Amino acid sequence: MARTTKEVGSVVEALKDLEDGACIMVSGFGLSGNPEALIEGVLAGGKRGLTLISNNAGSIGEGLATWLRAGIVARVICSYVGNNEDLQRAMDDGTVEVQITPQGTFVERMRAAGAGIPAFYTPTGVGTLMAKGKETRIFDGRSFLLEHALHADFALIRAHRADPFGNVRFYRTSQNFAPAMASAARITVVEAEEVVDLGDIDADDVHLPGAFVQRVVHVPEHRDLIEIRTTRSAGT
Amino acid sequence: MAHRAAQEIAPGSVVNLGIGLPTLVADVLPPDADVWLQSENGLLGMGPFPHEGEEDPQLINAGKQTVTLVPGASTFDSATSFAMIRGGHVDLAIMGAMQVAPNGDLANWSVPGGRTIGVGGAMDLAAGARRLVVVMRHQARDGSHKLVTTCTYPLTALGVVSRIITELGVFDPAEHHFSVVELAPGVTLGEVEARTGAPTR
Repeated sequence: MARTTKEVGSVVEALKDLEDGACIMVSGFGLSGNPEALIEGVLAGGKRGLTLISNNAGSIGEGLATWLRAGIVARVICSYVGNNEDLQRAMDDGTVEVQITPQGTFVERMRAAGAGIPAFYTPTGVGTLMAKGKETRIFDGRSFLLEHALHADFALIRAHRADPFGNVRFYRTSQNFAPAMASAARITVVEAEEVVDLGDIDADDVHLPGAFVQRVVHVPEHRDLIEIRTTRSAGT
Repeated sequence: MAHRAAQEIAPGSVVNLGIGLPTLVADVLPPDADVWLQSENGLLGMGPFPHEGEEDPQLINAGKQTVTLVPGASTFDSATSFAMIRGGHVDLAIMGAMQVAPNGDLANWSVPGGRTIGVGGAMDLAAGARRLVVVMRHQARDGSHKLVTTCTYPLTALGVVSRIITELGVFDPAEHHFSVVELAPGVTLGEVEARTGAPTR
């Protein structure tokens, strides 16, 4: 019997039920390892009032910064703003509500959501502004903060290779937040550079099992912008 | 400072270098250094910058710079990376700082009234690394103290700093004062005291 495939024919189909006000996780570290076609697809889809959960929410006007420029984002949860001028401006103008979360807490909140754990205690942020309004508890003489799971409607992730069940293999440091996001979202869409047949990714080589994935879209070409090109000759 | 900081690295250890001054530590390490550099975006075994033309946009460090892998390197997801950090599997973190207090408190992510930069992985690294060494200029550009009695900037973590390396020397937080471990060549204790915002001896 033929197995059901999760591969869809287009980005439009992959995002068909994404509505105004949706909460969307997007993988990538700055502009590295971005699901570029899905990011463009959401922008083209014209939905607004989005909650964006992403480590950097774009950079130097590219990637997710295009969502900020288009004014389709109401709220951002991220760990780092840095050189993201669009996010900086949106914060200053008060047009986007920004919640900054320590990066390890950020990813663990998504991992917890995907693992069926509603909250957890972490040592990160104890005694800092991050602890404001949060429960603190002492274990073995050390203080920990209670942090809650972070869920989403959609996770848009970038993969090197995927199969029709949604088994995924990542490449180098573009893995970053993708597995945690995939587990934490109701609908995970994988943007794969290669789509291969079932069995072509060896069982031992699957980074993200298909159970965490709902849709796969094949996007062979990417811009893959480099934010900070450092080389050995020029490096300091 | 970078050379002195490199001496803090024990053979075979797992080390995370923060953005800014600490990055310079990598440049003074010999190519065959017995160290595993960790980058919190999901990399253990970070090598030097690539040769021109060999940059890989999907192989970067947490500063978003293009990097390379050393033989034995691994790449992994962010949850694993922060399990490594928070779970005490990173032997040493070398970070920059805005303020450090004698009780080991660290402030290095936000200036009151300044631009919001975000915290990145700094709080996790500060809370989780087994040992935290700060490498920084002894004073801020405007001459204000960075070694202070009490941190007035937003804190990154409480009581976590083991050692501070500046252009004036090496100092250890000792609860109510900074203990002088070494003075840089030509630097006197009097000069250090004048440029430090907390008791130093």
